[in-house]
Formats: sequence, structure tokens, C-alpha cells
Amino acid sequence: MPTRHSLDVVIVGAGVVGAACAYYASRSGLSVAVVDRGSVAGGTTGAGEGNLLVSDKEPGPELDLALLSTRLWRELADELPPEIEFESKGGLVVASDEARLDALSTFAAQQTAAGVTAARVPADRLHEFEPHLAPGLAGAFHYPQDAQVQPALAAAHLLRAARRAGALLCLGEEVTAVLTGPGGAVRGVRTDRGELSAPAVVNAAGTWGGELAALAGVDLPVMPRRGFVLVTEPLPRIVRHKVYAADYFADVASGSAALQTSPVVEGTPSGPVLIGASRERVGFDRTLRVEVLRRLAAGAAGLFPVLAGVRVMRAYHGFRPYLPDHLPAIGPDPRAPGLFHACGHEGAGIGLAPATGLLLTAAIRGQRPALDLAPFRPDRFSRRGPDSRRGTGRTRGPERT
Amino acid sequence: MPISPSEPPVPPEYDLAIVGAGPAGLSAAVAAADLGLSVVVLDAAAAPGGQYYRHPAPGLGAARPEALHHGWAAFAALVRRLGRHTGTGKVRHLTHHHVWTVERGSSTAWTVHAVTGPDGPEQGRAAVTSRALLLATGSYERQLPFPGWTLPGVVGAGGAQAMLKSGLVLPGRRIVVAGSGPLLLAVAGSLAAAGAKVPAVVEAAGYTAYAGSPRTLAANPGKLLEGAVHGAALLRHGLRPRTRSAVTEAHGTDRVEAVTVSRLDRDWRPVPGTGRRIACDALAVGHGLVPQLELATGLGCATHRTPDGTYALALDDSQRTSVPGVWAAGEAGGVGGAQLALAEGELAAFAIAAVSRSAVRPDARRAVALRRTRARLRAFAAVMAAAHRPGPGWPDWLSDDTDVCRCEEVSAGEVRAAVTDLGAHDARTVKLFTRAGMGWCQGRMCGPAVDCLARADSHADADADADADADADAGPDRRPLSCPVPLAALSRPAALSGPDGPPRS
Amino acid sequence: MARNPVELAGATPEPSFEITMDGRVLPALPGQSIAAALWSAGILAWRTTRVNGRPRGAFCGIGSCFDCLATVNGAPNQRACLVPARPGDLVTTQEGHGRADLAV
Repeated sequence: MPTRHSLDVVIVGAGVVGAACAYYASRSGLSVAVVDRGSVAGGTTGAGEGNLLVSDKEPGPELDLALLSTRLWRELADELPPEIEFESKGGLVVASDEARLDALSTFAAQQTAAGVTAARVPADRLHEFEPHLAPGLAGAFHYPQDAQVQPALAAAHLLRAARRAGALLCLGEEVTAVLTGPGGAVRGVRTDRGELSAPAVVNAAGTWGGELAALAGVDLPVMPRRGFVLVTEPLPRIVRHKVYAADYFADVASGSAALQTSPVVEGTPSGPVLIGASRERVGFDRTLRVEVLRRLAAGAAGLFPVLAGVRVMRAYHGFRPYLPDHLPAIGPDPRAPGLFHACGHEGAGIGLAPATGLLLTAAIRGQRPALDLAPFRPDRFSRRGPDSRRGTGRTRGPERT
Repeated sequence: MPISPSEPPVPPEYDLAIVGAGPAGLSAAVAAADLGLSVVVLDAAAAPGGQYYRHPAPGLGAARPEALHHGWAAFAALVRRLGRHTGTGKVRHLTHHHVWTVERGSSTAWTVHAVTGPDGPEQGRAAVTSRALLLATGSYERQLPFPGWTLPGVVGAGGAQAMLKSGLVLPGRRIVVAGSGPLLLAVAGSLAAAGAKVPAVVEAAGYTAYAGSPRTLAANPGKLLEGAVHGAALLRHGLRPRTRSAVTEAHGTDRVEAVTVSRLDRDWRPVPGTGRRIACDALAVGHGLVPQLELATGLGCATHRTPDGTYALALDDSQRTSVPGVWAAGEAGGVGGAQLALAEGELAAFAIAAVSRSAVRPDARRAVALRRTRARLRAFAAVMAAAHRPGPGWPDWLSDDTDVCRCEEVSAGEVRAAVTDLGAHDARTVKLFTRAGMGWCQGRMCGPAVDCLARADSHADADADADADADADAGPDRRPLSCPVPLAALSRPAALSGPDGPPRS
Repeated sequence: MARNPVELAGATPEPSFEITMDGRVLPALPGQSIAAALWSAGILAWRTTRVNGRPRGAFCGIGSCFDCLATVNGAPNQRACLVPARPGDLVTTQEGHGRADLAV
């Protein structure tokens, strides 16, 4: 088979994380190829809502990543065309009763100390923020840093910019092997069309990141966590922010395999309202489950009674790539020199993509990344790696009472 | 623990649930009930018949509904048999039940979920459970866009036919009929018989394509006769189809006033300088039919590409899909017409009865005859499909500002930009980037065109032959909800069955 | 040869009733859809699109294309080709999504 190119980096995966890695790597002067067996945004990126959130993250490494990403997304919004639909809409986290509101207050105070902007919205002012919100809620917190993009277009435009900086895009091309040289160092990939040589290979394969890691002979326990989204008929702007119930935190942080749903509602520039969020561990099962849709619909109508009068036009699902401690794997893999990981972002991949791309580029170039990558070490789950299986029962947000 | 309130109680209410009350569904329902199965038929319409046997509502007092149909007697006989079975409770026919999804409850039971009632504030939701499932979901018309096709007065050929059959109305007085496929002749004949002037019947294919399969044609005298009847009807109205031609533009500001008809080359590229303007106040246009597969693909049923470029379900000799417990009949297995659908429905009923608790054995000799009929008609359908497959050059009649997606108003130029600038190489990615296919119709109108544009333009810079096989695997569009569902209804648990409960057996 | 569809089908419809389209009173026959009643009156468009404000009416005629969405008795987005006309129905030209009243 021909070796077509001699490159600095081969990035496997044309989702938003791979696209962001390609963007920052190619603009730093590295020669880059992005390979995907499918299309741009063909996996979880294309099934996402495009949330760029700080509000749902507790102080810690993921929040640091999110805060960096928030700044980077604002820069990107200026550099990329308006088609990426960046909207600095802000998040509104609502509490249905006083106990939840108290827990939310405590959580927001911790976030504020870590650099998040959060402002309490009393019950009698909720309707200034969201006129269609259900009556009787205890209150809310407003997070102005939360934003949204159209995720598939964001990925496509990051890749387009990367291509303009010289990156090569190989779609419909499947990586069949990770090539290693003497001493076990990675030297490129073999695909169904040939070989791509590079001293660095980035695993940005998202939910399928475990499979790519296995090709390189290392273990990375990325698992799918299925989520459904309901899409309503086109509507005028009736929901201004990303609005979700405080219960959402507990669901995100849970590792349970059972179905969890908590209402997450937001409008889009094109009209439809998107309704999430469900979490189930059912492997890559693609069959629709009516009970999940029923709960999403009930939750949305509970927050916004006006939605009871509209129709659900579509539904779709995606598979969030999650690792046992709910943190992504970002950085070099000491078990396979030359292999870098950028996957396992669970439901936060769109938001965390730019920071991931920027930090990973620094790591590839041998520079010191702007954030400590230790919490994201890809070998943290292996027996010889740092023991992080124990004591990482990380909780996000206020405990449910 | 996984929750399971939507799982059906054991045992299921019915032996067999049939989705669709067109020729295939009706034929299957009466045959299955004859063999002793308890049957429920769910259909979106107010009356049985599907699209083919659409007929005027009773209030219109039509004394001669057969004037609008071929094979009306067969339909009337089916409806009489259906009536007897609904009378005894062996069959339950749920009208105004638009099935939006089917779930597997357990290994031996299906839950069929429906939206009830016509559009409007009173719509609700219902569900039935069954041991076996038969998908007789029919088809809808394939459209290929052209400049001006969104003007009022431009209607689907099948749409004009449907409105005529059910509402006894015409979209205009002077109606050009265009597109491709045998339906055009039937539509032109009906419109003319109903008093419209039809200044032109424009067919993109050449009928010479049929001549390559003389044996299949000779084996189908009925089909030839049908064609001859249409042909005679057209002659009576002074009409001769113009073959290898297409409407390449519709003109008008707020409604269609004229069309341009151009000659096409073998690849369906308009031949420059051949455009002729024809005045009209309506255009009925369509390019054959597309099997309606979303329920089947939602369940994971395997599909294959047919000779006309659409997808159809892969079925075995017993009308079984690749998913155990799911059968299909009629257009879902490939477009082939009402006669074929009738035969397949009955064969499916035989097969389902054979694996059900039915005490009655199907008539073996009839099964042999039905299989022979099916083979003959499927062969004819394949010839027809190949003859009317859109040529690769049709996108040449699109201007960049032609809206391809009617719902989201996405132009051909935007679709092409998504392919060339953003790397979209398939319809799904084009949809993500442009919203083409994301609107109310879920890509039913623009899907075939977008699929073509995405693949055609991406082939320009790749080796086309190598990609041809990969394209075949792209599969039909997926639509997890086969129709819109009112959010309020979705938020409530579905009532199992209806107030009447299942039939007693 | 028939002069019109009613004659072709040998139809003797029950007495017609009235519906209203943007204030204009039209006859409808029992069993006709809203779209059929509008076509009978020569009306081919009863909504404008969300993006470009273009006129649209019935296209596929079988409920698949959703181009014929109409606002009937104040409720938007009803497929006129499927919804039966009823005496006294008030049909209004639907602008875009037909839900401007909900905008905040």
C-alpha cells in the first residue's frame, strides 16, 4: 500500500473534538491529516445540541477546561463565519422547591469562587428571563457564560479553517491499524486506502475511542451513554436561554445504567425547540424507546406549559462517550509513545473541544499546556496507572435531597 | 432497574397488527381473519383503500367511483369481506390512527403507537399490541426539484390524482402532466376525463427502455392492457406523451402561468435550445414512487436499492423482513402496483398464519398461484423501475437559487456549497449542515434530490466507480417519528387499544 | 365526456355548507378536505413560508409534504389536504410558523 503523506499528526475522528485539534494544530504550523470512516460530524457531534456550558460543572479540572473553552469559543465566534450560530444566550437553572434552590445556591457559590459568573433569580423575577416558564418555581440561577453553537457546522467550519491552513481531510476512510516502530513508538496509521505516516496520532474517535486505543494496544474504557433529543415544530423564540432543572446535575454525575431524564429545553435560531436530556447505558442500541420520549415531553411541558400545545416533529439519539470518572482523556499516552487521546468528553464535547484542541496541540509540540493535564491522563484507568478508580465518585452540582 | 411502563401486558391483544389499509394491508387483513387470526388494522385515513383506492367520502354521493379507478371491483369485494370480519370482531379497523413508531415489547410482542385523529387540537395517542406485525405502509411520490417547482399550482402528479379521487377537485383548468413513470399516464387520463385540458404529457424516460425485456412484457398482458387503456384514454383526449423531455422550469410570480419543456439527452441533461414554453394554470409532476420505510428501518429491517434508485425492504419468499416477527407487503418491498400488493398481502397472511396459533391451513394451491402472480408482477416492476430511473444529468436543470428543500427553503447552491466547501458527502451530512430535510416533511420531498446532489458532486473529485458500492450502503433516510406527535399526547402514557378493547376470539 | 370531476363520478353531493377563507365565504361539500374546498374556489395558496414569505398550498395531496399547512379556527399547522372541512370553519392564511402569538 502506498504511503501517501509524511505528516506531523494524524487525527482520527472528524467530530468537533478532532476538528478543534486539527484547527489548533494546523494553525500552529503542524502538518495535519484528519481521517474519519464516516463524514464530518457523523457521530456524537451531529447528534448534539451544541451546548457550551459552565453552569453544570462543579469546581475542578472539568470546570477549568470549560472556562478556558468558553473564552476560546468567543474568539472562534469572531474568526469563524456566523453559520456556526454561536449564541451567547446564557443558562438558566431552575429549582422547583426551596430545598433544591438552597442546594443550587451552595453550588453556585462554589462555582463563583472558581471563576464562574452566576446570579440568583428570585421567583418573582423568573418571568423577566423566561416569560413562558411554569408558575410556582422556587427560583433560579442565571449563568451568562453559557452559550450554544450549531455543532455540526461548528465542526465543519473548524475543519474548513484547518484545511485552509494546510490540513488534509480524509473522509470515508477507516483506520485499520495503528503503526508502531521499533521500541513501540507510534509512526502513523494504516487505513483501508493506504498508510498515513506521522510521529503523532490523535485519538479523537469519541464514543469509538476505545476501539482506536485497542488498535494501538492500550485500554481506554470509553462507553456509550445514549441520549434522546426531541425536536419541536418551528416556533418563534419562546425560550431565550438554555433552561434546565437543577435535577440535571445529579443525572449527569450518576454512573447508573438505568434511564435518567431531567428536562433541558432550549430554542434554536432556526425555530425548533430542542428538548433533552436522557441518559441510558444500553450499548449502541439504536431502537427508539417511547418511555424515554414520554418523559422528555412531560418534563419539557412541566417547565414550559406552552409546549404542550405544539408538535414534536423529530427525535434523534446520540451516544455520549463517557469514561468511568466522567472526565475526558486528553494528552499523551505513556503506554504508547506518540499516541495522544482527545476523547471521552461525555455530553460536553462541543463545549470542551477548543480547550482540548489547544492543550493537545501544546502537548504534541512538547510545550507546557496552559492547564495541567494530569487529571485527564489516558492511563488513569489501567492497573499500572495512577489509581483513580477509587475515590472518584465525583458528584456534580448539589446533591439531590 | 430499567423502567418498563410502556411494555405491553402479556399476552398481546391481537395475533396480527397491520399498518396500512391500502391494497396490501386489506388483502392481508381479510386473508388472516379467514384463517382465524385476530387482526387489528391501523390506518391514517378515514376510510380503507390507501392511496390507490382513495375514493370520495360518502357525503359526496359518488355513484360512479369506479370512473376514477382501475380494479374497483376487487376493492369493493375486499371491503365487503372486511366488513364481515369487523362485524364478527375478527378484525378491528382503527381509522385516523397514524402509526408513528413500533416498539418491540418482548421477543413475541409488538407495541404499535399511533397518533389519533386528523391534525388539530383534539389529536390524541393510542397503542395496540400484537404477536406479529405486518407493514403495509405503501409509498409516496418521488419529486425532483426544478426552478419554479414551489409555485402554487405546481402539484404532485399523485397529489392531483389523490385530490381528484377524494375531493372531486382539480388544481386548474389547463394542466401539464410531467415527470416519469407509469402513473403519469393514469393521471393525465383521469384529469382529462374529469374535464381538464391537458396541453402536454411530458415523460423524461424513453419507452424504448421497455423493449429490452420482451419476455417480461409478454408475461404481463394485464399490465400491457392497463397501459393500453391509459393510452387509449389519452388518444381520446388527443394526447401523446412527449418522451425524453422534462419540465425544466415553471414560470409565474404567485402561481404557475407556464412551463418550459426541454428535450433531454440519454442522461436526462436538458438539450440546450430545445426549451418550449407551454401556457398552463397547473402542473402535475412526479417521478415515480418511494417506499415508505421509516417504521421498518426503525425496527432495523434490512433494505436494498431497487433498479429505480429508491430503497425497499429485503423480503424473503414468505414476505418476511430480516427482523423476526415482522412481515411486509406491497410497495414497502418495492414499488409494483396494487395487483402485486394484493397478492403479497395474502401471501404474508398465509405465512403469518402458518407460524401463529391459527387452526385453519392456507389453501396450498392458492399459495402457488399467488407466488406465480407475485413473480410475474415483480419482474414487470423491475423492468419499469429500471426504465424510469432518473438519469444522472437531471441536476443540470437546477439553478443555484432553486429551492431543493421546500420546508426549510434550502437552495441547490447551498446544498452544493455544503458538499464542496464543508465536505458533506451524503444526504445526512448535507442535512446537518444546511437543514435540507429537517423540516415538517422530514426530507420526504427533497430526500431523493439531496441524496443525488450530495453523491454527484462529491464524485466529481473522486473515482466514481469505487464509490458506487459504498453509496448502496448509505441506506434510506431514518425517521424515528414517522409523523409529528403532539407533545401533550406524547407526555401521557398511551391508552392500550381503545374503548372497545380487543376483539373476542 | 365529463365536464368536471363531479359529473365524472356521477356524484350527487349532499347540500354544501359554508367555510370562510380570510373573510371570503366559500362553499364546501360534505366529505371534502379544506384543501379540496379551497381548490374548488380556485384558491391554490393559503400560507406563506417562514424564510422567504412565499405562497404555498397543497402539493403532495396525501399528507406527506406538509406544504398545505393551514390555520383553521385559530389552530396553525393543520394539513389542509387531510383535515375535513366542517360548517363554519374559519381558515386564515398562515404566516410562517403560524405561532407569532407565542414570541417573547
